[in-house]
Amino acid sequence: MIKVTAKQKRLLVPLISVIAGFLVGAIIMLIWSYNPFSAYAAMFNGALGTMSGLGETIREATPLIFTAIGFAIASKAGFFNIGLPGQAQAGWLTSVWVVLANPNLPKYILLPLAIIAGAFAGAIVAGIAGYLRAYFGTNEVITTIMLNYIVLYLCQYLMQQIMPSSLRTDTDTTKDIGSNGSLHIDWLSHLFGDSRINAGIFLGIIALVIFWFLMKKTTVGFEIKAVGLNPFASRYAGMSTKKNIIVSMLLSGAFAGIGGVVQGLGTYQNYFTQTSSVDIGWDGLSVALLGNSTAIGILLAALLFSILKIGGLGMQTAAGVPYEIVSIVIAAIIFFIAISYVFDLLFKIKKSKTYRHPLKKGVEIGPNNGVDSPDFKLQKEG
Amino acid sequence: MNLESLLALVVSSTLVYSAPLILAALGGVYSENSGIVNIGLEGIMTVGAFTSIIFNLTFASSLGIWTPWLGALVGAIFGLVFSLLHAFATINLHADHIISGTVLNLLAPPLGVFLIKAIYEKGQTANITANFGYANIPGLADIPVLGKIFFANTSAPAWLAIILTIAMWFILYKTRLGLRLRSAGENPQAADTLGVNVYKMRYLGVLTSGFMAGLGGAVFAQSISGNFSISTIVGQGFMALAAVIFGKWNPIGAMLSSLFFGFAQSLSIIGAQLPGLSKIPTVYMQIAPYVITIIVLVLFLGKSVAPAADGVNYIKAK
Repeated sequence: MIKVTAKQKRLLVPLISVIAGFLVGAIIMLIWSYNPFSAYAAMFNGALGTMSGLGETIREATPLIFTAIGFAIASKAGFFNIGLPGQAQAGWLTSVWVVLANPNLPKYILLPLAIIAGAFAGAIVAGIAGYLRAYFGTNEVITTIMLNYIVLYLCQYLMQQIMPSSLRTDTDTTKDIGSNGSLHIDWLSHLFGDSRINAGIFLGIIALVIFWFLMKKTTVGFEIKAVGLNPFASRYAGMSTKKNIIVSMLLSGAFAGIGGVVQGLGTYQNYFTQTSSVDIGWDGLSVALLGNSTAIGILLAALLFSILKIGGLGMQTAAGVPYEIVSIVIAAIIFFIAISYVFDLLFKIKKSKTYRHPLKKGVEIGPNNGVDSPDFKLQKEG
Repeated sequence: MNLESLLALVVSSTLVYSAPLILAALGGVYSENSGIVNIGLEGIMTVGAFTSIIFNLTFASSLGIWTPWLGALVGAIFGLVFSLLHAFATINLHADHIISGTVLNLLAPPLGVFLIKAIYEKGQTANITANFGYANIPGLADIPVLGKIFFANTSAPAWLAIILTIAMWFILYKTRLGLRLRSAGENPQAADTLGVNVYKMRYLGVLTSGFMAGLGGAVFAQSISGNFSISTIVGQGFMALAAVIFGKWNPIGAMLSSLFFGFAQSLSIIGAQLPGLSKIPTVYMQIAPYVITIIVLVLFLGKSVAPAADGVNYIKAK
C-alpha cells in the first residue's frame, strides 16, 4: 500500500492505466513476434515526427474533444451517454446537407448556420433519450444504444432516398462542400505540411473553455453536477431533476453533434454512408473516461488517442505491425480505468495534516437518519 | 410463387436470421438475471465469429460436415473465456458494468482483425466451404404442409436454439439453481444471508452469456456471413440485448422477440421477393427492432421488469 494525496492519485490512475495499456499492446506484439520498441517508435515518429503528421494528429483530436465533452456533461449529471456515435452522425449529415443546399450564402452566415444545425441535430437525438429518462424513467444506456442504430439506418435512408440527387455524386457519397461552408484554412493547412488540420481545433479549444466555465462557474453546471451527485437532495433544494436531465442530455448531444460537424466540414468535406457506428463516438467516450471528464484531461487524452490513431498508420507502414494494435491498446487503457478499484487497493490516500473534522473533537454524531445503520458513528479524528 | 413456398421462404429465412439472436439473447437473460448487465454481447459474438471461422477454415477438410457444429462449440468456448474479463472486472473488481461491457465491444473487433492479419496476412478471411446450410429435420419434415414450411430446408441451429430456450427457461424458473441465480440479481444481500454464493451465481450468469453469445456469433459467421472481417458482427449483439429487454428478461420472451427481430431483418433482405412488401422502404424493417425496444421500455416505465439489482455491484462485507 502506497500513500499518496488525493490529487496525486487522480494523476496516477490515468498515467498507470496508459502505461499498462501500452504494455498489453507490447505483450500482444511480442506473442506474434513483432518488435514493440520499433513499433512504438514508428508510432510516435509517424504522429509527431513531421509537420503533416502533427497536423493530422491535431485534426484527429478535434472531433474527439467535442464528443468527449458531450460524454462528460452527461456523465456529470449521472448519465451514461453511449449514443455519441449516433449524435455525431446526425450532426455530420445535417451540417453537410445544410451547406450543400445553400451554395450561395456568404460564409459568415452559412458556416455558423451549419454548425448550429449540426449541434441541433445531435441535441435532438440525445434529447429523445433525456426526455424518456426524465418523464418515463427509461434507462438511457439502452435508449441511446438503440438510437445509434436508428440514426445509422435513417441516415442511410435519408442519403439514398430523400437527399436530392443534385447534392450527391452517387447514392453513398455527397458532393464536396463549397468553400463558403468549409472549416478548411489554407495557411493553417500549409503550415502543417498540407494536412487536413482545420479551424475545428480553434472551436475545440473554445469548447473546452466553455465546458470548463459551464461546469465551474454557472448555475446550469452546478445544477447538473448536483443532480448527478444526489438527485433527491437537489430536488429538496428546489432544482428540477427533470429539467436538468433534459438540459444535460441536450448539451451533451449538441457537443457530440458538433464533433460530427467538424468531421464533415473540416476533415472529409463531405458525407458518405456509414456501415457501422461512427468511430469518433466510441473514441470520444474513451477520451472522456481517460480524461476523467475534466477539460484539461479531455484535451490531453484526445491528443494521446490521436497520436495512437495517426501514429498507428505510420506504424503499419514503417514497422509492419497491423493497425488494429492501436485499438487494442485504447481498449486496454479503458479497461484499466474501469477497474480502478485495484488502484484503491494499491494506493491509500494520505490525510493532509491540516485536516480537521468539521465537528468539535470528541463530539459524537447521532443516528444517521437511517441512511446507514442506526448506530453508525463517524470516526473521531486522531 | 404459391402461398406454401412463400411461407416456407419467410419461415426459413426468419429462422436463419433469428438463430444467432436467440442464442446471444439467452445468454443475456442469464447474465442480467444474475445481476450483471452485459452490453458486451456484441464483442463476445465477434470473438465467437472469428474463432469459429478460423477453426472452420483450418479443419474443414478433415472434419467434413461436422465442421460448423464443432466450430460453433469452439466459438462458444472462446466466448466464455472472453467473458471472463467482464466477470472478473465487474464481480471482483467492482467495475462499472457499462464501461466493462464497452471495453469488450471495443476490444473484440480489433483483436479479431489483428489475429486474422497475423495469421493470414490479410484483413479478412477467405470464405468457408463447410457452412450450416439448410437441413431437413428427420421425421418432422415429412408432415404434410407444415413439415415443408417449418422443418424442410430449414436452419438446424435455429431449432437447436429453440430447444435450448425451453431447457434454459426450465433451469431458470423450475430448479433450485435458477432460483439462486435470480436471487443474486434481485436481492444479493438477502441471497447472501441465506447462504447463496452471490459471486459464484454471478460468474455463472456472465460465463453462460459468454458461452451463448460466442455460440451465437459462431452460428452467425458460419451460416450468414461465411467469413470474418471487421464488419461481420455489426449490431447483432445490441439487437440481442434489445431482445432481452423486449422479452422482459425471460428466456421464452427473449426467444420470441429474437424471432420477431429475425423476421424483421429477413424481410429487409427477402422483402423484394415478396409481393406488396417491395414498395415499403427497407428502413422501416431495419429500425423496427430498435424502435420497438424503446417503446417497450417506455410502456413498462423501464423499472418494474428488470431484475432489481441488475447492474448493481455486490460488495460482500469482510
